[in-house]
Amino acid sequence: MSPAPLLSAQGLRVGFTTEGGLLQAVDGVSFDLAAGEVLAIVGESGSGKSVTAQTIVGLTRSPNARIEGSVRLGDTELLDASETELRKVRGERIAMVFQDPMTSFNPVYRLGAQIVEAIRAHRDGVSKSEGRARAVELLDSVGIPDAERRVDDYPHEFSGGMRQRAMIAMALALEPEVLIADEPTTALDVTIQAQVLRLLESLNRERGVATILITHDLGVVAEVADRVLVMYAGRVVEEGTLDEIFYDPQHPYTWGLLGSLTRLDRPRPKRLRQISGAPPSLLSLPEGCSFRPRCPHEFAKCMEMPGLEARLADAPSHCDRCWLDPERKREKREVGGQIGLEAPA
Amino acid sequence: MTADEPLVEVTDLVKHFPIKQGILIDREVDQVRAVDGVSFSVARGQTLGLVGESGSGKSTVCRVMLQLLAPTSGSVRFEGQEIAGLSRRQLRPLRRQMQMIFQDPYASLNPRKRIGQIVGDPLKLQDVASGRELRMQVQELLERVGLSPEHYDRYPHEFSGGQRQRIGVARAIALKPKLVVADEPVSALDVSIQAQIVNLLDDLQDELGLTYVFVAHDIGVVRHISDRVAVMHDGKIVEEGTADQVCEHPRDDYTKKLLAAVPIPDPRESRARRASSSAA
Amino acid sequence: MGRFVVRRLAGMVLVLFAVSVLVFAIFNLIPNSDPAQRLAGKNATPTLVKSIEEDWGFDESLPVQYFDTMKKIFTGELISYGDELNVDERIAEGIPTSFSLCIGAAVIWLFFGVLFGYLSATRAGGWLDRALTVGSVGGISIPVFLIATLFLYFLTYKIELFPASGYVPLLEDPIQWAYHLILPWFTLAILNIGFYSRVLRSNMLDVMREDYVRTARAKGLDEKRVMIRHVLRNSLIPIVTLFGLDFGATLFGGAIITEVIFSLGGVGQYAAEAITNLDLPPLMAITIFGAFFVVLFNALTDVVYAYLDPRIRLGTSAQ
Repeated sequence: MSPAPLLSAQGLRVGFTTEGGLLQAVDGVSFDLAAGEVLAIVGESGSGKSVTAQTIVGLTRSPNARIEGSVRLGDTELLDASETELRKVRGERIAMVFQDPMTSFNPVYRLGAQIVEAIRAHRDGVSKSEGRARAVELLDSVGIPDAERRVDDYPHEFSGGMRQRAMIAMALALEPEVLIADEPTTALDVTIQAQVLRLLESLNRERGVATILITHDLGVVAEVADRVLVMYAGRVVEEGTLDEIFYDPQHPYTWGLLGSLTRLDRPRPKRLRQISGAPPSLLSLPEGCSFRPRCPHEFAKCMEMPGLEARLADAPSHCDRCWLDPERKREKREVGGQIGLEAPA
Repeated sequence: MTADEPLVEVTDLVKHFPIKQGILIDREVDQVRAVDGVSFSVARGQTLGLVGESGSGKSTVCRVMLQLLAPTSGSVRFEGQEIAGLSRRQLRPLRRQMQMIFQDPYASLNPRKRIGQIVGDPLKLQDVASGRELRMQVQELLERVGLSPEHYDRYPHEFSGGQRQRIGVARAIALKPKLVVADEPVSALDVSIQAQIVNLLDDLQDELGLTYVFVAHDIGVVRHISDRVAVMHDGKIVEEGTADQVCEHPRDDYTKKLLAAVPIPDPRESRARRASSSAA
Repeated sequence: MGRFVVRRLAGMVLVLFAVSVLVFAIFNLIPNSDPAQRLAGKNATPTLVKSIEEDWGFDESLPVQYFDTMKKIFTGELISYGDELNVDERIAEGIPTSFSLCIGAAVIWLFFGVLFGYLSATRAGGWLDRALTVGSVGGISIPVFLIATLFLYFLTYKIELFPASGYVPLLEDPIQWAYHLILPWFTLAILNIGFYSRVLRSNMLDVMREDYVRTARAKGLDEKRVMIRHVLRNSLIPIVTLFGLDFGATLFGGAIITEVIFSLGGVGQYAAEAITNLDLPPLMAITIFGAFFVVLFNALTDVVYAYLDPRIRLGTSAQ
């Protein structure tokens, strides 16, 4: 019997009332995060991945937001926790790192001071000098050179990559159980991205911090993740281990994502495999399966929304939301020897 | 002009931005060497991929090449003719032949204009067509890039990022240019849409015989679409060759570093690569 | 820093020069402004006018007159055409009044402006926000002379709550000093309270959407700390700039209407009289000193702004 998951989301639904109607950004998302695990949530714009992440720590609460379902951290239910309880969780038990390092720090305060602020918000009795010493330690641990001096610099005096490392340092200051990283490398150059990914990976390995990594970049996923959730139009369309998703993908959207990647270590294809059409507007979702309008393999049953189920006998944790049965899937998903999405000839 | 003369030839192109300081009068104290001696040529009908990270100068090269910025020194020859240093009036007829596609589909379209107008403006400005003839040509262009003629009267905000980029492409090819410079045309788009736009650009190149300079930081996309690739770093080209040469047998250290940093979307390969690099 | 000071001083000299030339030129172009005639009064004979011209130097060329006047301003010898009294002395008498008026009003408008702006922004869309918005727009729209007159009517006449006019020096009797200034203070402040609260509200709503505010919440800071240390602190920067300029413009007799209506006898009132009587010397002196304060506060504002925003102070260079 496997140990209870550290973080568990069940039936999470997040809707926003807008002028155009109710926008269901997240529609029934469930997942478990085990201690020390790296879970990647993959999706494009409108998939709901960022909203999911931010809702875990209550950052999406607002008068026009409708939040349902459950997110449990250990024994604590987070979705209906009071603001006071949530504040104790944020930063201390669940920490977040956001996408754009250029704007994630307050420009008018010194970087070190902002780290110290995070520490002192959760630990009474830490003096300013103790806090500063800890900040220097943290900056050093994420590979920022000359930390003793740089801790007093302002954010704009750091490059993008350094700022992102500092953000990670600040997130880990209180040794949280979970780290949520929302597109942490998207705004960075590829060489810096590689460094930050290695940092995240080593932190996960050495300190056992369970990580939820939100990204649209499957290359990043392949390097760091243990398990993967693929999201589309507010729902999970496929879920499985890293190898299951990459080597035995079950959902046509996943095939499309994998197929449209460029691989430096393979010869160039004549044409990039593409997914036709565009993600649907969340205000007017198609009937039945949300991916149906873009799927070349759709058939009659697709007018009914598929449930997220494990359809493979030997992989009970590999779930997908597609009515095709596994043999059909295996036939249809290869195009010219590679995974891809193409209309039947 | 002979058949095998390159369409565009850039020689020792330099663009410095001055940093000024002074008490009462500003004096130049230093320079930002955005482009520091760049040379390359692009043959007719081919695609040159310009790849580099932020600050490498690749976007500045585009703008200087098209004379949107005046070069500090160096030469840009288009169809054998020197265009660096030409006046705006002299450049005007040449502008029909060189067009640009921009990165940000949300910022590069005027939100107050209908897209029919946006795509039709170049035709109007260069006196190619007007009135009903103009409308027909624009609608043809919209269809060619995968949009529908009814979109003529809509505004940019009614379209998604990928569709807006198609509009940008339509605008760029409206005047049937010879050269199209694409500055990060897919970086701001979702991955599944990127492939659509790249394929569109590929198709248009075959149909219209276009010559591309394709700038991007994603070396995978650049490799896919380019015949030749030049790698830029700190304002200089550090390596140049065919796409396969540069990506499979890089010679420069920076190029090697860049290629090594690209994550491989394949867990087994990725694990193998990390195992071998940590063993090394 | 030294570079900054030198630039600003050079700029100041240029501005003062331009202002003084402009006032001088305008005065000399206005019809019926011949000072000699005015000094001579009605029923003046041409000979009298001529002799006045000689005595006062009006027969000299304009540039000479200009330089002469400028010299006299700075040596304290400038005599007014109207009452033939020393201009600089009269200005000096009016300074405590004008400064008291401006400083007191500024404290009030800053305090209430920031308070109302903060409340509006943190309760945006609610009834308090709507009420304060209406109040702000009202405060901005109602002209100063109307506010002053309404105050006078209701609070000094209908109900004799405050004195209607006059200034009592601070050192003589602080309570009376304040008592006489309360209505003028609020008259001057109301417009700015409205304006500043709108600006702060707008700034705060923008800042609340910034990524670093989201980071602050994600760190687990309590809402008050997020609002004050992160949102308010950043939103106040443009307010400080505005304040520096407004204060500098109002300080040296800028509150002319208020001073006149409440008969406070400060520099502003002196300026109003000089305009009515087409009396050049006080006008020259007041505009020059006024311009000086505007430029001074402009420069101080830049210094404070650089202090508040480290990106300006240190330049934007990443390492």
